[in-house]
Amino acid sequence: MDVNTKALKKNAFRVTKERGKTASRVRVPGGHMDACYLSMIQDIAEKYGNGTVHITNRQGFEIPGIDYADMPKVNEMLQPIIEGLDINQTDPGTGYPASGTRNVSACIGNRVCPYACYDTTAFAKRIEKAIFPNDLHFKIALTGCPNDCAKVRMHDFGIMGMTLPRLDPSRCVNCGACVKYCRRKSVEALETVNYRPKRNEEKCIGCGECVLNCPASAWTRDEKKYYRLTLLGRTGKRNPRLGEDFIKWVDEDSIIKIILNTYKYVEHYIDRSAPGGKEHIGYIVDRTGFEEFKKWALEGVELPEIAEVTTPVYWKGVHYTK
Amino acid sequence: MGYCYKTQDLQQVFSALTETYDLYAPRLFPNKGAFSDTDLVRYDRITSPEEIVLDRKSRFSPKEVLLPISQTLFYFTEDKVTEPNPPKKDAVIFLRSCDLHAIRRLDYMYLENGPEDSYYRQLRDHVKFALLGCSSCFDSCFCVDMGTNKNTDYDFSLDLTGDTWKIDVKWQEQEELFRKYAVSQETVSPAFVTETKTRVHIPENLTAKAAKSSVWKEYDSRCINCGRCNFSCPTCTCFTMQDLFYTDNGKVGERRRVWASCMVDGYTDVAGGGSYRKTNGERMRFKVMHKALDFKQRAGYQMCVGCGRCDDVCPEYISFSHCLNRLSDAMKEVEDL
Repeated sequence: MDVNTKALKKNAFRVTKERGKTASRVRVPGGHMDACYLSMIQDIAEKYGNGTVHITNRQGFEIPGIDYADMPKVNEMLQPIIEGLDINQTDPGTGYPASGTRNVSACIGNRVCPYACYDTTAFAKRIEKAIFPNDLHFKIALTGCPNDCAKVRMHDFGIMGMTLPRLDPSRCVNCGACVKYCRRKSVEALETVNYRPKRNEEKCIGCGECVLNCPASAWTRDEKKYYRLTLLGRTGKRNPRLGEDFIKWVDEDSIIKIILNTYKYVEHYIDRSAPGGKEHIGYIVDRTGFEEFKKWALEGVELPEIAEVTTPVYWKGVHYTK
Repeated sequence: MGYCYKTQDLQQVFSALTETYDLYAPRLFPNKGAFSDTDLVRYDRITSPEEIVLDRKSRFSPKEVLLPISQTLFYFTEDKVTEPNPPKKDAVIFLRSCDLHAIRRLDYMYLENGPEDSYYRQLRDHVKFALLGCSSCFDSCFCVDMGTNKNTDYDFSLDLTGDTWKIDVKWQEQEELFRKYAVSQETVSPAFVTETKTRVHIPENLTAKAAKSSVWKEYDSRCINCGRCNFSCPTCTCFTMQDLFYTDNGKVGERRRVWASCMVDGYTDVAGGGSYRKTNGERMRFKVMHKALDFKQRAGYQMCVGCGRCDDVCPEYISFSHCLNRLSDAMKEVEDL
């Protein structure tokens, strides 16, 4: 059997422990899709796979037990899924064009969750359109609010929804709900001054508890959507660590520019001699220093006035090499 | 007399009215709902008929206009007290039948229940009412059972049928204005519903004994005492007072009255640290019994007008109408006590 493993990996198949068998990896950007695609995945698994499907950590489906020879037929069957999920593709019918950049994953967001500050799937798909196909190893995840159910701090780019709360004092009844919930569920950014809540702007993390719990609609959300962008969290062998805050109150357009800029930075600085030519961004930044990364990342980015950039960023985590 | 208009004609009437009146109606506030990317419908000033939201119920009632959420009663300096200026313009409030019935309840509370309240009177004397016809009910409405589905006590009515606005005018001093821009004249009577999906029966034999029933107990844990039911209610009239001193000069300040809620902590706090209704079940009992019994004993008619807003806004899905329907069982339970 002669199989080009480099090519099949790029095509979103994998080399498995079972000789002669591969697995097809289906991505669901933003983790939400029409239910009709489930039966198509079922068909592939039953026709070419071993009848099982693994639900992946990154909100995809992995269909194992496929003969290498069947990859073209599987790719044909994947076509309606790839089109339906609006994946950028170079040649129709040939499957996924790249697999380096991982699926952009997201919590359920404001399509369902009351806490979410935005539509996580829609933003994930917007990022998907901007960055795919791409062979560089990037992990991006979105979460609706600072609860971070999507664990975005474990990713290269973590995007956390924020609500800028606005108070209409004429609607405030001083019931104390916002102050209480901010104290008990969030960061104690509110206190009552002269019968009205006073917001500590530095402390506020934009979780929206004040808005959610205001019975009089005195607190509402600002028209603009804002995010916290965390950087370069990772799992892995050498130095697993949580992503650290980079920009608080950043907007969608800036996030996309920063991610695209980072691809340029990685193209420029990646160590091509690394095993598989694959190097995580975080280790590149460790090598070049944060300031160099920041210079590239913020090139041409016009941040909103209220954005707060943390600089320099220091990471902690567990070091197994020291 | 009844008149018909297309939107652009009615706009002329609205434009003329806004010279002397502030028009208040349920208005859409995009993305101002508590959840992200959701809207809020509440009362606010409008200038055109298209701004009136007819297909959704307003989260808050029109009482905000007559009973501001936070109202400064006077400003004080060391030896002087000054009342704020009244609104420059009179008001026209666009409201549905149930809400217009609710105004009658506000009148009772503020004008007939003891001495007149001058702050309420000041605003009340400068308000006209435009009845919004109801061609259908919303899921939580129960106006028919509360007898509030019809109302003729309006200055003019407003119904939208297809793209034609129909208005019945009783407001003689503006009759000419309405006639001037009308496309045609016909007899108009505002639409009203004759049945609702939600049905409510308050037992005739209801007495204060129902307070001893066990039905209130479950609300101890279900209710979160947020007060949304009170703040959205068109007939809740409670307020509290706030004296605040401007911080730069501790001798100058203002007194204002602000909506209060019998569900929210602090409502029954008294000097000496006492607090009378501590559990949420007790608060629910007080609210329901006040609406269904106490008010009626004094005023002779039900306080609740069946708008159903309290059911719509409760984050814990506690239904006030369902609770009213439990009162018959509650009375049976306490019969022999």
